[in-house]
Amino acid sequence: MDATALLMQLFTGLSLGMLYVLLALGLSIIFGLLTVVNFAHGAMFMWGAYAGVSVIALTGNFWIALIVAPLVIGGYGLIVERGLIRPLYGRDINYPLLLTFGLQFIMLEIVRIFYGTSDQPFKAPDLLSMPIEIFGTFAFPSYRLFVIAVTIIICIVLWVFLEKTNLGMIIRAGTRDPLMVRALGIDMGRIWWLVFGIGSALAGLGGILAAPIRSVFPEMGITMLVECFVVVVVGGMGSLSGAILSGIIMGEASAITTLFYPQMADIVIFLVMAVVLLIRPSGLFGRAGLLE
Amino acid sequence: MSEEKNEKGQDKGLDRRTFIKTTGIVTGSALLGGFHFVRRAHAQQTGPIKLGFPIPLTGPYAFEAKDQQAGAELAIAQINAAGGVLGRKVELLVRDDKLKADEGARRAKELIESEGVHLMSGILAAHIQLAVNEQCKLQGIPYMSISQSNEITMRPDNSIYTYHEALDPHQTTQAVGEYVAKKYKKRWYFLTSDYAYGWQMTDGFRRKGKEYGIMDVGESKHPLGTSDFSAYIPRILAAKPDVLFVDNFGKDQINAIKQATDFGLKKKMQLVCPILLMSSRLGGGAESFDGVIGGCSFYWEMNHPTAKEFVAAFQKMHGRSPIDYAGYAYSGIKELLSAVNRANSLDAEAIAAAIEGRTYDNYKGNQWWRPCDHQSQQDVFIIKSKKEKAQYDVFEIIAKVSGDKERLLRTCTEVGQDPNKPIRSGLIKK
Repeated sequence: MDATALLMQLFTGLSLGMLYVLLALGLSIIFGLLTVVNFAHGAMFMWGAYAGVSVIALTGNFWIALIVAPLVIGGYGLIVERGLIRPLYGRDINYPLLLTFGLQFIMLEIVRIFYGTSDQPFKAPDLLSMPIEIFGTFAFPSYRLFVIAVTIIICIVLWVFLEKTNLGMIIRAGTRDPLMVRALGIDMGRIWWLVFGIGSALAGLGGILAAPIRSVFPEMGITMLVECFVVVVVGGMGSLSGAILSGIIMGEASAITTLFYPQMADIVIFLVMAVVLLIRPSGLFGRAGLLE
Repeated sequence: MSEEKNEKGQDKGLDRRTFIKTTGIVTGSALLGGFHFVRRAHAQQTGPIKLGFPIPLTGPYAFEAKDQQAGAELAIAQINAAGGVLGRKVELLVRDDKLKADEGARRAKELIESEGVHLMSGILAAHIQLAVNEQCKLQGIPYMSISQSNEITMRPDNSIYTYHEALDPHQTTQAVGEYVAKKYKKRWYFLTSDYAYGWQMTDGFRRKGKEYGIMDVGESKHPLGTSDFSAYIPRILAAKPDVLFVDNFGKDQINAIKQATDFGLKKKMQLVCPILLMSSRLGGGAESFDGVIGGCSFYWEMNHPTAKEFVAAFQKMHGRSPIDYAGYAYSGIKELLSAVNRANSLDAEAIAAAIEGRTYDNYKGNQWWRPCDHQSQQDVFIIKSKKEKAQYDVFEIIAKVSGDKERLLRTCTEVGQDPNKPIRSGLIKK
């Protein structure tokens, strides 16, 4: 194993991790503000990919699909929040958890009914179909570099939105003390609605970004959901920077394990989770007491 | 007054319920039991010849399972049109095994015990074939296995009741390995799915490779159901192979090929799949699979008279073209049913005698039933993916590897049988 291969391995780990980051961000932002554990996140990821399939079938253009799919899933998230989640606010955390848990199976069946169970072909746009030489040493798929870039941009946009805008300030204040924010005459219901939509849109974006890399089939969100929960828990429930760091750590851990002992590649993220939780029970950046 | 009424009503209700319950149970069980008994007794003598057909209609292999069913339906329609079997109509009893071994065994047991099937076929997945074969052996029902397995024709699983129409991983790898060894350079790398299917394919290629002095430059085993193979690629590239064998199946194959293409592996090495499936190719798309080669038992565009007849009849009945699994089912069921006609009996020994050593050509060229293990000797085709011009027009046949003179088969001794005698193990004296 020479240095080039090792460097390439780190790079594949990064691209693997970025997909985790994108999904974990959505999951984490919803949990941080609404304390809703969204079990339908994996199904929304899958719907994002299928929305992409449909838009491409209609328009033949990946770029339109890349914009439309997250909007569609975001809009769907808004409907779900208004229609299903909202009546459950103020109740135990298990209520929305069970609701979204059931919702994911309904979403799964809907796709099975309309698209069937076989894989849907999905190719990267022509512009990004060729591998690119990196540091003149190894070829890396340009599409994966694009995914890394999009994720970084999303992270920056989210950061600016939360830290530098008024709305972001309200959201942050809402996570600390929703009662106080309400007392200031701000409608928290609208904020929660918006945040659920943003979280869902991120899942949809993850779905369409993953579609040209992985095969598109109805159960594609199930394993992804489990892995994302691990990422969110390790990062600390509700912490965005935690989700980013933990996503990258998990991608790298999985890539490096594959290099030395591939049979363990599936399990290693759970080992990392166990170790992190033993040392820091609320995750890397988690606030203690959020779940109590 | 009202109390009395209430009581009365309750009494009445109770009476009626108990009445219905008891009479219902008694008559119901008598009727059901009686019919059951009568039907079973009759099934042996008159009425249709029943063929049990458990297949994974739900789950990841549903596409292939539906193809199996379509092939079976065509075979039975043709046989019924030609007068049936022993002068009786043939009836196909399809069941869903959900791609689970226990479910498959249960469905098979039910088919035998309550439906009274005379013959069995179906199943897709090696371990479920073994489970169903076990049930058939216990009850002395001939079973025509129609998907890949090495064990089913091997001691201790094989028996006089067991027939294997499909290729097995051994034949597949010997044929594909031979083609690749002759055509490409010597450095071979294996990406192996970490369970029986992957191991058997990789072992088979290694065995064939040794004959040609191949250099085994590495192997990566991946867990079943891996969705991202990118982390395997640096190690593969570092080994600088000429050929990469992608020894996995279904979604794993789609993902591995898709990602290998993205990383530009095809410019440096030839990608080879032991079995290249229509559903994987359709799910992965033309670009990903472009230039990938692999083995298959049958491809519908092949130029052979019986193949053309089969494809035309299939298209007429189902409005689409068949894939490998329809071919297996069609040919296997035709063999089993025509053997009953030749034997003029449903006796398992007579059926075996009518099949063993027979040369036949149902849909793709000459095949031969080896007496010692009931394995069908056949040719293997090497196909290459291409861009489709019509539905299912996705491969071209680039070579035929002849299966003549048992050259692709394991020896009879290797599978635990006497080369000079037809297989009689497991025979139940009735």
